[in-house]
Amino acid sequence: MSKPYDVETGDAVHKGHPIVVDRYTLAARINHWITAISLILLALSGMALFSPKLYFLTALFGGGQLTRAIHPWIGVVLFFSFAGLFFRFWKANLWKSEDGTWLRRIRDVLAGHEERLPELGKYNAGQKFVFWGMSALILVLICSGFVVWDQYFYAFTTIEQKRIAILVHALAAIAIICVWIVHVYAAIWVRGTIGAMTRGQVTGGWAWRHHRKWLRELVRPRPGTPAE
Amino acid sequence: MFPPAPNPPVKPVPEKFGDKDLIRKSASTITPASPRQVEVAKLIDVSKCIGCKACQAACLEWNNLHEEIGTFNGSYTNPPDLTPASLTLMRFTEWVNPETDNLEWLIRKDGCMHCEDPGCLKACPAPGAIVQYSNGIVDFVHDNCIGCGYCVKGCPFNIPRISKVDNKAYKCTLCSDRIAVGQWPACAKACPTQAIVFGTKDEMKKWADGRITDLKSRGYRNAGLYDPPGVGGTHVMYVLQHADKPEIYAGLPNNPTISPIVEIWKGATKYFGFAVIGFAAVAGVFHHLVAGPNKVSAEDEENAEKLAGGDRP
Ligand code: HEM
Ligand code: SF4
Ligand code: SF4
Repeated sequence: MSKPYDVETGDAVHKGHPIVVDRYTLAARINHWITAISLILLALSGMALFSPKLYFLTALFGGGQLTRAIHPWIGVVLFFSFAGLFFRFWKANLWKSEDGTWLRRIRDVLAGHEERLPELGKYNAGQKFVFWGMSALILVLICSGFVVWDQYFYAFTTIEQKRIAILVHALAAIAIICVWIVHVYAAIWVRGTIGAMTRGQVTGGWAWRHHRKWLRELVRPRPGTPAE
Repeated sequence: MFPPAPNPPVKPVPEKFGDKDLIRKSASTITPASPRQVEVAKLIDVSKCIGCKACQAACLEWNNLHEEIGTFNGSYTNPPDLTPASLTLMRFTEWVNPETDNLEWLIRKDGCMHCEDPGCLKACPAPGAIVQYSNGIVDFVHDNCIGCGYCVKGCPFNIPRISKVDNKAYKCTLCSDRIAVGQWPACAKACPTQAIVFGTKDEMKKWADGRITDLKSRGYRNAGLYDPPGVGGTHVMYVLQHADKPEIYAGLPNNPTISPIVEIWKGATKYFGFAVIGFAAVAGVFHHLVAGPNKVSAEDEENAEKLAGGDRP
């Protein structure tokens, strides 16, 4: 049998007190933080132009002209950086039947009644929603962003198309900021999660509580995988 | 004949309007100057234009702008479109009147219309980059412009152009600097046929009435004034021989308004955006207060150890 769908390169269990589980490789973490910083810078520079009340944020980027000029370039960085995450994580984010059960019991999720939830692989339906939501929105943002990137691409579209694109861009930006809030909140609420993206590790208890199926797959000796 | 354009003053004169006369300022909330100054307007009588382009040349000269040498592309319209240097452009259309089968040469002086409700200003995200004076002039303040091109999307007439040199937006100023000292716009001053005249908006409308009566008496049944109500009227108006069909004049829009997409983008979207982002953030804080942190228990750790314990070294 090959690797289960949700076990990624580098995922491993180390025995001890407590048990430590490797969740993200160093490369994945660097990739994540480049994406995170780009997204935050994009939200700040974009929101500065979105509302006069936030125009003061242009000071962070050295003024209005620079904010306008740099925003789309950060967008390009985000796109490629996120593409890296996408190819690392897409398989583990495929939809499974237990995700439907999890969603139907969303009340128990919010109340923290893990015992009433199905055993889950590396990601739960909420994390998958964040993953696919970000993927789709970044695609919409880069496409609409290119249409309104007048400095280089003015000639390729009509003014009417640019009007639609900037509206779509603003709405997609609102949506991705909301997805980002859900993402960050979940990481804070579910204690022990942030370590996964800083040190790359979580405790065995965390994995047991939230991603038991994944943990079981990791401790099960797999044929073809050399023992450590 | 309309009274000719005044000659420049020989002594310095105080400016007739300035920052204290603003009624709108992009991305800013201001109290509109009150009382308003009398509204000014430029009247362009297409039926009188001979296509000499004195206005186009005068505009370059007064504003010290230099158009690049272009290429001939089969039309007198030159350059082929407005540019950051060509703030005004004579657009030539050869139109065959289906009623008379006559070829009519329609020559329209294109440029900023100085809308009473300017879409450019509504769209602009940079505080004070676009202002409107109480006499109706819409002016771009280049020091504040960030070159985003939102004004291009906001304008119903496709007027502003972003310079590739300094990334700032340019359009006709109505020669606000000349009008401030009692002069006519440079184009109006240069026009040899008085196809362009300047005065208060009321004077211009009255003068247009006389011209329209004259045109009608000479067979132009649909002669009329172009002062589109969809943008609250404009401070640059046209007398058209065929006012029922403005589009034949090189695509002059029939009943222009600020695009509904721009209205939604600049209106509802802002409230909606702050509402949902705010809701998401508040919901997070609220959930945390009610549900408390989701902590891993000692039991969870033990279970994990038990699970990992047996079967692996
Ligand atoms: C992915 C590639 C992206 C590209 C190429 C891009 C490009 C652009 C461009 C060209 C503009 C017009 C202003 C300017 O020229 O700077 C703009 C505006 C904006 N962008 Fe982006 N962007 C991207 C991603 C994002 C992301 C991820 C966000 C949000 C987190 C975002 C939020 C915004 C906002 C809020 C505005 C202002 C919209 C308004 O004024 O209503 N952008 N973007
Ligand atoms: S290009 Fe300049 S004038 Fe036009 S909307 Fe942007 S900041 Fe305003
Ligand atoms: S014509 Fe266009 S640029 Fe001129 S005031 Fe109206 S909206 Fe602004």
